[in-house]
Amino acid sequence: MNKLPLIIKREYLAKVRNRSFVIMTFLSPILMVGMVVLIAYLTKINDNEKRIIGVFNESSYFSNDFNTTDNTAYVHFKNITLQAAKDSTAKVGYYGLLHIPAETELEKVAQHSYFYSKEAPSTIVIDKLEDIFQDRLRERRLQDLGVSTQEYASMDTEYEINTETFEGQQNLKGINEIKAIIGGGFGYLIMMFIIIYGGFVMRSVIEEKTSRIIEVIISSVKPFQLMMGKIIGTSLAGVTQFAIWIVSATLLLLVAFSIFNIDPSALNGGADITSGIAGSMAPPVPSPNQTMQVYAQELYKIPWFMLICFFVVYFVLGYLIYSSIYAAIGAAVDNETDTQQFIFPIILPLMLAIYVGFFSVFSNPHGPIAVGFSLFPLTSPIVMLMRLPGGIGEGGVPLWEVVTSILLLVITFIAIVWLAAKIYRVGILMYGKKPSYKELFKWIKY
Amino acid sequence: MNNILVTNEVTKQFGEHIALNKVSLEIPKNSIYGLLGPNGAGKTTLIRIINQIMYPDKGEVYFDGELLQPHHIAMIGYLPEERGLYKSMKVGEQAMYLAQLKGLSSSEAKKRLKYWFQKFEIGDWWNKKVQELSKGMAQKIQFIVTILHEPKLLIFDEPFSGFDPINANIIKDEILLLKENGTSIIFSTHRMESVEELCEYIALIHQSEKILDGKLSDIKKAYKNNIFKVGLEVQNAEVLLKELSDKFHLTSSEINSLENQLDITVQLPTNDSSEMLAYLANKANINQFIETIPSANEIFIQTVQSKDANE
Repeated sequence: MNKLPLIIKREYLAKVRNRSFVIMTFLSPILMVGMVVLIAYLTKINDNEKRIIGVFNESSYFSNDFNTTDNTAYVHFKNITLQAAKDSTAKVGYYGLLHIPAETELEKVAQHSYFYSKEAPSTIVIDKLEDIFQDRLRERRLQDLGVSTQEYASMDTEYEINTETFEGQQNLKGINEIKAIIGGGFGYLIMMFIIIYGGFVMRSVIEEKTSRIIEVIISSVKPFQLMMGKIIGTSLAGVTQFAIWIVSATLLLLVAFSIFNIDPSALNGGADITSGIAGSMAPPVPSPNQTMQVYAQELYKIPWFMLICFFVVYFVLGYLIYSSIYAAIGAAVDNETDTQQFIFPIILPLMLAIYVGFFSVFSNPHGPIAVGFSLFPLTSPIVMLMRLPGGIGEGGVPLWEVVTSILLLVITFIAIVWLAAKIYRVGILMYGKKPSYKELFKWIKY
Repeated sequence: MNNILVTNEVTKQFGEHIALNKVSLEIPKNSIYGLLGPNGAGKTTLIRIINQIMYPDKGEVYFDGELLQPHHIAMIGYLPEERGLYKSMKVGEQAMYLAQLKGLSSSEAKKRLKYWFQKFEIGDWWNKKVQELSKGMAQKIQFIVTILHEPKLLIFDEPFSGFDPINANIIKDEILLLKENGTSIIFSTHRMESVEELCEYIALIHQSEKILDGKLSDIKKAYKNNIFKVGLEVQNAEVLLKELSDKFHLTSSEINSLENQLDITVQLPTNDSSEMLAYLANKANINQFIETIPSANEIFIQTVQSKDANE
């Protein structure tokens, strides 16, 4: 009888029944959704805050420029001294006072204008005021050059260059970034999964060592079987947890948004998180905007099926490589505090992959750095997934790169699992000392 | 084939350290075999090789006449020295899991577990978590799990450590019963005295090498040094003692004048004690006459010392 299913079943049940695992599974979506809702809510409140600014204008300029808007109101002072204006602004608790002196030249007026406030003013307020001054100054200089106010007003045009592929398809600027974000979502998912569940595998190995059951078990099954059973069982528990998270977080977000009456599209951060959770599966809500519709079409054209297939391949191989290293670490040490020195070197390539992904793949998905890291086996699961939404072949990732990357990953997978199993086999029977790297190397030769 | 297990010049090396050096053993069927030696001698390594947890660098192991193979695992029961259970698992579930790993079907495992739980009167533990059990209770579960699949060969590494005397006796009786029913048993221990009453055969392992093995009674016979302990009831103990020490080689003597008792230890040149007995019978009333047989511990120390002296 094959014992692997038995081990997988036990590891899965042991994980799923664990109280803290259950709590995490059901609490995390609530916490996450709560945070999104809170951020959205706070942003809304922040937007609603109204600032009142006193304007003491002694010049002949800017008479129609300071108009009350949604979040800023201007109160105009007239026929008082600057000191009186300052005092009354402070007394009634306005945000600040803008003083425009009585000069004749606009340049001089601008030079000697001051904004008084209790504390250092927010950049939003200052930007707004500066915009008004800049606008008038520019207008003035153009007037000197013979451009009228009306002409100046009509000068402001928007322009975007049209882009097309050689085949004549409309080509969208920024779509590369969007595609990379989608791929990045997958890559990030892999990284999180490896760190969380690799850690679980490691702790489970340590538990078997400290409870001294390990020798009983491996007198019945091969250490390799136990290690693989543990890795597979734990990852199945992880897949279960992720599935619960995705479903419940999506539902909760929908409920929360309808309760708090928040428009998800108004909330960039929130929308990103939702699409990140959902694996960016659904094309975004079409907006009346023409460009958005093209984007939606473009997103729809992303080879989702291919992408998900490759996600599964890279996910499985990447996870197996890393979690077997975690298992070997767990076997090498006696308790969790000793694991730090060994964990850092594993986290490093993962972090590197994410950073390289976000900095290099976004700007140039097929540049040399992106290609290099998508071939290197310890980073390829993450970096290659960020490149893949662009498709394979023409315009996307060349086929040979995908094949080489997967081939290298498979070879590394076999090598690492073999090495990890060796360390694991020796380590689980070693008690009482924290091994050095040198000793781990010796174990491989036993 | 009369041996359940034969090892042929088994050698195992960890880096520079030689853990086992050409160890050859023959463990007869249906016997209790003691694997003796101090901590770190290589006993556990040998046992792990028998359990196929490790593999020898050189040499072979034969189980019941066949070269040791993976399927033999189901015919061996092993209670390691470092033994434990999953703390957060329920007792019954855990026992089922371990039994199934040994190849029992789930229904068969359940049936046998119910039997043993009843026998040990621990039926109400089934749904308890292991962390609620005392160490002795957990040891009972471990024992049941070790023997549940009715192995041909049972290996116990320091089986009585952690048991209180009452439970140790229960386990000892069970082991003897298993032997009666045809199971072969290996005991590994560094506490020599615990094996004397159980083992028919022993092997002494010292510094990775086997230095002595065979039937315990034969070994003892071979290590007899013709020393006799004699108790005499005599009126004039001092006079007799003087007389005796001239005639025989006395290694110790003690006089209790109140009870007119003289105790002596005599070493004879041969094992023939009839001459001395006849002589003593004329002189005094013999109330004690024992040939001292060396304990396993003494044999061990003697063997190690003579070996070290030869080197």
